[in-house]
Amino acid sequence: MSKLEIADLHVSVADGEERKPILKGVNLAIDSGQTHAVMGRNGSGKSTLAYAVAGHPKYEVTSGQVLLDGRDLLAMSVDERARAGLFLAMQYPVEVPGVSMSNFLRTSVTAVRGEAPKLRPWLKELKEAMASLDIDPSFGERNVNEGFSGGERKRAEILQLELLRPAIAILDETDSGLDVDALRIVSRGINHVAESGETGVLLITHFTRILQYVQPDFVHVFADGRIVAEGGPELAERIEAEGYDQFSVERV
Amino acid sequence: MTGATKATNVDDAVVPDVPPTDLSPSLSSFDAELFEPLTGREESWRFTPLRRLRGLELGNHGQTGLSYLMTGPATVALSKDAAEQVRDRVIAPSDRVAALAWQAVREVAHVAIPANAVSEEPVHVTITATGDATCAGHVLIEAGANSATTVVLDHLGDGAYAGDVTVRLAQGAQLRLASLQQQEPEGVLVSNINAELEADAQLKAVAITLGGDVVRCNTAVRFAGRGGEAVLLGAFFTAAGQHQEHRLFVDHAQPDCRSDVAYKGALAGDKAHSVWVGDVLIRANATGTSTYELNRNLVLTDGARADSVPNLEIETGEVAGAGHAAATGRFDEEQLFYLQSRGIPRGEARRLVVLGFFADVARRIGIEAVADALVATVEERLSEYE
Repeated sequence: MSKLEIADLHVSVADGEERKPILKGVNLAIDSGQTHAVMGRNGSGKSTLAYAVAGHPKYEVTSGQVLLDGRDLLAMSVDERARAGLFLAMQYPVEVPGVSMSNFLRTSVTAVRGEAPKLRPWLKELKEAMASLDIDPSFGERNVNEGFSGGERKRAEILQLELLRPAIAILDETDSGLDVDALRIVSRGINHVAESGETGVLLITHFTRILQYVQPDFVHVFADGRIVAEGGPELAERIEAEGYDQFSVERV
Repeated sequence: MTGATKATNVDDAVVPDVPPTDLSPSLSSFDAELFEPLTGREESWRFTPLRRLRGLELGNHGQTGLSYLMTGPATVALSKDAAEQVRDRVIAPSDRVAALAWQAVREVAHVAIPANAVSEEPVHVTITATGDATCAGHVLIEAGANSATTVVLDHLGDGAYAGDVTVRLAQGAQLRLASLQQQEPEGVLVSNINAELEADAQLKAVAITLGGDVVRCNTAVRFAGRGGEAVLLGAFFTAAGQHQEHRLFVDHAQPDCRSDVAYKGALAGDKAHSVWVGDVLIRANATGTSTYELNRNLVLTDGARADSVPNLEIETGEVAGAGHAAATGRFDEEQLFYLQSRGIPRGEARRLVVLGFFADVARRIGIEAVADALVATVEERLSEYE
């Protein structure tokens, strides 16, 4: 059982000389085995939450706390956070020229598991994980995210989720840019990990579409850098029916 | 261009039999006195720190402190020949430092590859320069018609060495030539490789520059027949205080030839300075030419500087393709973040990104030991900058 606790998190980004506050006191707790959806308009601060928790250098935490099983995530480097059990599926996964996917995946899995997987079982594991996400076997020889289509990039992110099996997975707009078939495959991959009960999933999205495939236990609505409404899956249905306008009036 | 008009009526000079262009050398001669003394203001010397050449630019080179070790397969003839005996096969120098070097050379290291000889095993020429006195040498590589061989020149030592290399490829010859610069930190090298390719010859010339204080490598390729191909690859890692300069000149003097230049360099540390100059000349008669040149530099720390100058001079409208690309970039923090977010420690992530940067050139080298030397040194250097 793992627990991610975000308490009164304030985050700024550099905007020229100024520091622009984005997150203005976020409180959120996720247990492994749970699936949470964070919804909100573009610019509401959802992605900032994801990147700040993962430790992207562009974002500065000005106050608040992020604990994973009681350990202070904010005091850790980016890679330490990942080894502590955090995973971030990015909206725009980065190309790394000259580094093959197979080399990258094995290096990553070795770092997170603390030892290099034995070659034969590893190849079998990789092959099965790729097959479950409809990923072509030639994929291992391609360079990390280089020349990948939008759908391939997202499937590659979910492949990493499957292999790394984090305590907490933050999925930043994993549904964006996917057609129906790709969305179905990616959702199946997320559900496979979520159903293990070992991983807590934080699904960041501004559409309700993916929630038809991945059932959230909790829904949090973001506006202007904080959570303005919380509830169960019925909250997503309300957003689908009535949009986000109903929440923005609560601005101070 | 300096000294352009000096050659025409002088006995010992070789004047190009075609009209001068902006990029072609204005003079080729074995007589160093025909070239003006260097001031450092010349276009082709403006980046080079003359004061750190330890006198290579002044001549009067000694014979001590220089050793050649040649090994290779039985199919290849390796010898040391008196300089005057082979002079008619040596390509005349086209700058003062190269001409001064030739004046000091008594014996030429001669690699003669017979026609039709094919060998997997490379020829190795290890050139070690040691001590305070400057020294000079010449390597003559002659690849017979339809031969296929690999020659590796390895530069070692803490000395100052002016090394000229003549490469002659007969019709249909294929040669892979790698020049490794792995000297001690004090080592200085000014190297001039001049290659001439007969019809359908293929040259792959690789420069790997990792060591030394000042390294300046000129590689000039001239097509002397139709259908030739020159692939010029380079990789360098310029560390604090090092000056590494690579100058390429491809002379498309014949129709239907192909050239492909790709150089990649990483720089790290204060006053690390790399220079890449890629000159390609497509003469009026060189229709059907295809050429592409690329230089990419990766600056890993503050205080390092990469100069990158591609020049393409085209005198015919009928080329098959001609292009160049040059770019110098900082280390990409987004790539590091991505890898680190997958649990990979920062040092390991940097290693992956930098080796990835060199991966395509390393793969194209096609000589395993040379590619391995590159990877090993890059890894070692990177560990100094964590």
